[in-house]
Amino acid sequence: MARHVVARASEIPPGARKLVQVNGRGVVVFNIKGEFFALSDQCPHKGASLSGGKLTGLVESGEPGAYNYSRAGEIVRCPWHGWEFDIRTGRSYCDPRRMRLMQFNVTVEPGANLVEGPYVAETFKVAVEDNYVVVEA
Amino acid sequence: MSGDWVGAIDCDMHPRVPNIAALRAHMSEYWSDTVELRGIEGFDTIAYPANAPLTVRPDWREGKPRPDEHAAGYAKAMLDPHKFGLAICNCLYAVQIIRDEYMAAAFATAVNAWVKTEWLDKDARLRASIVVPAQNPELAVEEIERWAPDSRFVQILFLVGGEQPLGQSRFWPIYRAAEKHGLTIGIHAGSNYLHAVTGSGWPSYYLEDYAAQSLAFHTQLGSLISEGVFVKFPKLKAVLIESGVTWIAPYLWRLTKFWRGVRNEVPWIDRSPLEFVRDHIRLTIQPFDAPAAGVEISRLMDLMQSDEMLLFASDFPHWQFDGDAMLPAGIDASLRKKILIDNPLAAYPRLGGRHAT
Amino acid sequence: MQLDAPFTTDAETLDAHAPGVTKSNRLAVIDGDIHPAWRKPEDLKPYLSKYWWDHLQTYGSRRKNGSVYGEPYPKSAPLACRRDAWPEEGGRPGSSLALMQKQYLDACGVEVGILGPLGATGQGDFNLDFSAAMCRAVNEWQLDTFARPEKRLKASIVVPYEDGAASAAEIERCGADPHFAQVFVLTRSSEPIGSRRYWPIFAAAERYGLPVGFHVFGTSGHPVSGAGWPSYYVEEGAGHSTSCQTAVTSLVIEGVFERFPKLKVVMVEGGFAWLAPLAWRLDKLHERMHGEVPHLKRRPSEYIREHVYVTTQPMEESDVRGQVLDLMEWIGWDRLLFASDYPHWDFDDPFRAFPVGLKAERHRQICAENGRSVYRL
Repeated sequence: MARHVVARASEIPPGARKLVQVNGRGVVVFNIKGEFFALSDQCPHKGASLSGGKLTGLVESGEPGAYNYSRAGEIVRCPWHGWEFDIRTGRSYCDPRRMRLMQFNVTVEPGANLVEGPYVAETFKVAVEDNYVVVEA
Repeated sequence: MSGDWVGAIDCDMHPRVPNIAALRAHMSEYWSDTVELRGIEGFDTIAYPANAPLTVRPDWREGKPRPDEHAAGYAKAMLDPHKFGLAICNCLYAVQIIRDEYMAAAFATAVNAWVKTEWLDKDARLRASIVVPAQNPELAVEEIERWAPDSRFVQILFLVGGEQPLGQSRFWPIYRAAEKHGLTIGIHAGSNYLHAVTGSGWPSYYLEDYAAQSLAFHTQLGSLISEGVFVKFPKLKAVLIESGVTWIAPYLWRLTKFWRGVRNEVPWIDRSPLEFVRDHIRLTIQPFDAPAAGVEISRLMDLMQSDEMLLFASDFPHWQFDGDAMLPAGIDASLRKKILIDNPLAAYPRLGGRHAT
Repeated sequence: MQLDAPFTTDAETLDAHAPGVTKSNRLAVIDGDIHPAWRKPEDLKPYLSKYWWDHLQTYGSRRKNGSVYGEPYPKSAPLACRRDAWPEEGGRPGSSLALMQKQYLDACGVEVGILGPLGATGQGDFNLDFSAAMCRAVNEWQLDTFARPEKRLKASIVVPYEDGAASAAEIERCGADPHFAQVFVLTRSSEPIGSRRYWPIFAAAERYGLPVGFHVFGTSGHPVSGAGWPSYYVEEGAGHSTSCQTAVTSLVIEGVFERFPKLKVVMVEGGFAWLAPLAWRLDKLHERMHGEVPHLKRRPSEYIREHVYVTTQPMEESDVRGQVLDLMEWIGWDRLLFASDYPHWDFDDPFRAFPVGLKAERHRQICAENGRSVYRL
């Protein structure tokens, strides 16, 4: 398990996402209202890149004609076949037990901590004064 | 033992109304007079042309009255020799095509009264479906309330082909009544012919018309699930009668795949359509669309992903099989017992396990 | 229960991107269903007479479901397209040849893709003369925009199928041009498609050795099913397989394959698993009632086996491993053609769409060999 510096925190404002490479595989980092989440980018269904998916909310219903919409922006819908994934848990709506995205620990850390290592940041120059998104994988 | 039908529950047989006089005997004075005054000959449809091979098996055409025209005829042809426990009468007299909804209701009442008098009262092994004027769900509910006190009525009968798919909310009063009384919903091949039998218009031949019936079953299954009928009425069961059976797995794969992608359109469907099917949908086993050879029946059965879905039915007097080949060959003994007896009992609460075996 | 998970099939080893896969051993892909789009309606203007361009501006397309935009069932995504297929330079998915090449043709190693124009192409319009003019324009536009600049793409002859004679004339006009690989018809015709009014289409297609592709959608003027109009897109979408079954039933039972013995038809975008139960059903009914259809000399399944092909998209998915393979076996491995439906949302990737356990040789057969023998390439 290594810690990967994948982006400046300012690159992924609330509501945004960024596709990064960690250990040679795609990881998509989402920012939901200031909280960061890192998920495997590859849809477990047929392999589409979830970084191209639309953010939506969770719609639930107790009976026909009722639409209870909550958690706007916390569900990502696969750009191909429309499967919904909960960004907070990585679970799919349609088959939450078996179809889920791998989750990675993600933190935001000041550059001052990171320059002391250990970390992997091939593509970044870490500056002491910035904050960085760090994915553990 | 493959020839053992003892106690089997025949979930689809068809009493035939022999003539309009048989119904007039069960009509109010007004409607009986109307039949004579207006020269009404009857409301049979082209869904089962009288002399088409499929409509009546050759050996069941013999006799006057014909075996499908009286309870003793069916008993002699099927109940007695095979020792069935029970049978459900699905009368296909086509009240559904009558444009005048009050006339449709009057004919439905007459059909149900005829079935009660000439069939249920004549043989204790018989049960029946309530024929309803689905043209007007309020009138249909009245008809259900009329017969529901008689526990020998176990089902409400619809035709698969109509103007609107049966999941839609206009039909919900019927399902509310069904759930209240423990009646099952039965959807049978046939159309009210108010519009084309396919999505691409009218085919030239009867063979195509009958073939298209299974396509309308696709629509009805999708409708019952997507509209949330089983969310709204969780105790309801629906039986797809004379549908052909083997179409269902490919259709369910499609419906499930679409649901996974677009389920936010119908958020009340909060689990896979397959689960709704397992809990609420049953199919009668005749006809069973399978090749004469080359495909193992067990593999076709596995497509159902459940051994509780299929209900025994002869489809008498329709010519679906010869001799007593009433089930596809190659069904093992335990599944056979489920199909013949256990599954029908579970599908029809009103059979109450009180069948004679 | 075993879920069909991707990336575990034999097929994976044929992935163009997989290490060790060289040009010689990688999977060839012939795609039976790619959807081109125009950037804006004016793209068609050069191919329409002034009269028809003015007509289009004044009255618009009038399709048989009453909707100006063509679809009473809103899609799951804008224009029913993959979210990742919108060109950066603007325009609709399918309108940028450069993006189509980069994102799909190159990425998946497509050898040949068959174009299937959808939308306001004039097919199924109430006005038959307008329908014919639009189809002609769409055909010329396909050549100039896609099939001539990109040799991997083959056009379809879009025909005003409700007018048999005009359709035959369009096939006569285009049929000798090798840029066209098939005749293109939609499944929701106003009468079952085997009806005699459509036979000039089949006669012309047979004359040019062109298969007729029946793509799902269209507006028939009838409810989409014999049980009426459903409410939801999920029902309409799942129900496309029923309009495919109507078409196959009609083609077989009305005697089209007796009359046109060299005709091949391809059912496109309706899945495929339905074909086996349908053939079984028709055989049983034929056994009972062949007296009604004396023009048929063989069992329905025999005509199907000889004349009907199905594209695999959208791929059938069962929760039980092996079941989809069973259906493929019962239909016949030589009857199945890969199609991607690019750039639409229910896209199938040639390397990832197929079920677990598909043997590599079958995968090759479906992805390329069968297509080579069906399409006029």
